[in-house]
Amino acid sequence: MTTHYLVLSALLFAIGGAGVLVRRNAIVVFMCVELMLNACNLAFVTFARQHGNLDGQLIAFFVMVVAAAEVVIGLAIIVMIFRTRRSASVDDANLLKY
Amino acid sequence: MGETITFWVLAVVSVSAALGLVFSRKAVYSALMLGVVMLSLAVLYAVQDAPFLAAVQIIVYTGAVMMLFLFVLMLVGVDSADSLVETIKGQRFWATIAGLGFAALLALGAGNMVFAPAKGVGAVQEAGGNVPALAQLIFTRHVFAFEITSALLITAALGAMVLAHRERVRPKATQRDLARARFTGPQPSPLPGPGTYALHNAIDMPALLPDGSVSPQSINRVLARHEQEDGVRPTDPVKAALVKQVIDKDVAIEEDVAATEAAHQEDAK
Amino acid sequence: MQSPVEIVQHSGGVIGVSWLMIALPLLGAAILLLGGRRTDRWGHFLGVAMSLAAFVVAVVSFVEILGLPESERRRGIELYQFIPGIADMGLLIDPLSISFALLITGVGSLIHIYSVGYMSHDPDRRRFFAYLNLFVAAMLLLVLADNYVALFVGWEGVGLASYLLIGFWQFKPTAAAAAKKAFIVNRVGDFGLLIAIFTVWTTFGSVAFGDLSGATVSEAIGSGGASQGTITAIGLLLLLGACGKSAQLPLQSWLLDAMEGPTPVSALIHAATMVTAGVYLVVRSGAFFEAAPTAQLVVTIVGVATLLAGAIIGCAKDDIKKGLAGSTMSQIGYMMLGAGLGPVGYAFAIAHLITHGFFKANMFLGAGSVMHAMNDEVDMRRYGGLFSVMKVTAVTFIIGYLAIIGFPLLSGYFTKDGIIETAMEHNQILGWLAVVGAGITGFYMSRMIFMTFFGKKRWADDAHPHESPSVMTVPLVILSIGSIFLGAFLILDNRFMKFLAPAVGAPEELPAFHFVSTAGLATLALVAVGAAFAWFRYGAAEVPRVAPRGSFLTTFARRDLYGDALNETLFMRPGQWLARIAVFVDNRGIDGLVNGLAATIGGTSGRLRRVQTGYVRSYALSILFGAAVVVGALLYVGNM
Repeated sequence: MTTHYLVLSALLFAIGGAGVLVRRNAIVVFMCVELMLNACNLAFVTFARQHGNLDGQLIAFFVMVVAAAEVVIGLAIIVMIFRTRRSASVDDANLLKY
Repeated sequence: MGETITFWVLAVVSVSAALGLVFSRKAVYSALMLGVVMLSLAVLYAVQDAPFLAAVQIIVYTGAVMMLFLFVLMLVGVDSADSLVETIKGQRFWATIAGLGFAALLALGAGNMVFAPAKGVGAVQEAGGNVPALAQLIFTRHVFAFEITSALLITAALGAMVLAHRERVRPKATQRDLARARFTGPQPSPLPGPGTYALHNAIDMPALLPDGSVSPQSINRVLARHEQEDGVRPTDPVKAALVKQVIDKDVAIEEDVAATEAAHQEDAK
Repeated sequence: MQSPVEIVQHSGGVIGVSWLMIALPLLGAAILLLGGRRTDRWGHFLGVAMSLAAFVVAVVSFVEILGLPESERRRGIELYQFIPGIADMGLLIDPLSISFALLITGVGSLIHIYSVGYMSHDPDRRRFFAYLNLFVAAMLLLVLADNYVALFVGWEGVGLASYLLIGFWQFKPTAAAAAKKAFIVNRVGDFGLLIAIFTVWTTFGSVAFGDLSGATVSEAIGSGGASQGTITAIGLLLLLGACGKSAQLPLQSWLLDAMEGPTPVSALIHAATMVTAGVYLVVRSGAFFEAAPTAQLVVTIVGVATLLAGAIIGCAKDDIKKGLAGSTMSQIGYMMLGAGLGPVGYAFAIAHLITHGFFKANMFLGAGSVMHAMNDEVDMRRYGGLFSVMKVTAVTFIIGYLAIIGFPLLSGYFTKDGIIETAMEHNQILGWLAVVGAGITGFYMSRMIFMTFFGKKRWADDAHPHESPSVMTVPLVILSIGSIFLGAFLILDNRFMKFLAPAVGAPEELPAFHFVSTAGLATLALVAVGAAFAWFRYGAAEVPRVAPRGSFLTTFARRDLYGDALNETLFMRPGQWLARIAVFVDNRGIDGLVNGLAATIGGTSGRLRRVQTGYVRSYALSILFGAAVVVGALLYVGNM
């Protein structure tokens, strides 16, 4: 069964990654990042079960905590950018270039 | 057997929802799809002997994080960024290649591994179940990491406050200021509410003036715009003209704002 | 064959302090140059005094030399260690060098005195005298040095003084260009001299004249220490140096341009002294030339070629100073011819050098006097009929003229005929060519006299010629007296040859001077024909004020026998092309490489920076690719 969970995790991770690449709405991009984090968590939990110790679950727990903090800051940044630029598109914030 | 059925059902659901997350045009749908994925994963955690994580997944992710997402979505509103038309040349093609390639690599890696039968975590959580076992780990071996995460959370909260804070640059308008503004403005009286004198008092019905004609001031701009974006046109030509007038005014204001901002950016350069 | 005697170390007496001859003018130059404008009022007197003091030292030294027995007349004075292990600084006072010293200080002093008058209106007169003193010091170092290295120092010193004095009026572009030309052409000769000195040092291990006697050279050839080829090479390289300094073919081109300098400079440096340094060098290096007949032959050929070339150039020049410069070239050609003929020739060459120093300085100063009177006009076609207004100048000039054409019993008659006769005995062809040269000399010098002092007045409207002040005429008179008697005094009874014998050697049988000889009569006849032709063309006939176009030969001579054109075609233009090619290679090749590299890097960066689109999604794409690569690598490594 472990393989199945891992393949599922890989699929979700890849879908999330592709989403980050193709979506322009910063919030959706952020959601895709969350999806990737969740996929990782699934892999951690699966490995915890595979190896019979709780460290994997513990890491998944920490990932959740950090993800929560990250979401807070990320969304605050998005709101701030939207306030000044009236846009939530990641492509519009492209002044840092050649 | 039960786990196998659960897995396959949830696998299909979560992958479909993930694809929906990426491909749905509206951000709200994406958020909902993400919620579906998170709930599926919560169940999968539960199936894999991680009840604590399953609960936290639902409470923290689906409960808090998702709500935060939806909240910001509502704050930011609809945006041209929601368009799915690709603007960077070749981005979608290469993203597909990279995504598929990455998935294939990971899947191949996982699939090619030969795993011993899973040990399961039952053995290590004999004493009092999953939660006490995790707690023991958190408060003994990983206590420093745990304490640091608390510092991280406080910092994040503070950071969000600082980032979202807006300095007030002019004094708050008092009731006196508001009254003065109202009576020096073009319309001292309240705007006519929708549906006034009309046959229906629904919000999408414009008010009628005493002579029976439609008052443009009563048309809800947000609704008018939504109707237009959804391709719904008022059948009544008079109302359609009015809706168009309101939207055009709105668009003109937006363009004005955009032009001003562009000018500011030029200045900044 | 009598060889030069050994050098005897000397101490005491005036010879012991003969270094004062060099030191005094050098001190004068230093005071005048370092003193600046403070010395303006009395600077020229100091210059004259220093020159006269050197002359006094030279005269007393000469008397002391005369008081010594013949075998001890070469006195060496050791001064200090010059270049350790290579050359010690010392002076060699022997009949040869003291003759030169007398000529340089004597004629030099007269020209100093003359310059007081000639340069009286020039605001830079002090600087002029400083340079003159510098020149006298350097020239004396050149002739008094007892080794080649010290000689070279003096050699370069006179080159520097010549450069400074030709370009004295440096505000005139022609003068500046002429100074540079003289300097650069002289570099070619100096190059030859340097290599010759190097070769002498490596072959014989010494550069002192005392160690390089004829016996040493023949011994080295005999023992295999030096091949005949080496000696010939040394001779030819020394000749190259001499050609540069003495304006001999093919390095003659600078002398005519050098007339841009003030006339006293032309008289002192470019007629009487410096240009004869080449002759001195050849005579002083007689040991090498006597051991290398080929080099000797080349010396005589160069001499004859130059005496003819200079004479032909002199025929066509309307500029009085350039005419005299052509004549100088020609006369130095005679000296070279004499110097290439061995010990007999040496005596005649040096004697001719000394008499030429007198009569040519006389004529140059006379020309300066004429120019002084004619508002610095140099074109002889604007002269004419000056005899009546400038009697002293005219008479002294005519004495110089008679001396140079070899009028019987005047100086040139004895010394030049001596060279011609010696050449005739040596080689008939060379001798007859020298006779022809003498005939041409008769023509162009007569032309000069007739155009300047006789015939109709062709003066410019504002010209009011007058006789020059006595400070200028007295030197003329003294020089003309020398021009009359010096030749007879030196040549008759072989006085000069006997005097020089300890220094340069002498033949066993001293030649007797024949007043009547084939060569002498032929010379006289040709000179008479030349003078008559000149009378016919320029004395009897009208001289046009503007030069007629003239025949091909006239143009040929006016253009200095196309010497400049030849130099330009052979050296200047290829040099310019080389420089252009170098510039091209530098601009296109080296700069192109450097700039191309920079442009390539710049261009590549310009294109590469387009990768920085500012789109965070593009960056994310590359991150994902990178992650994919890492995962792929991990899988690959894990499967190995």
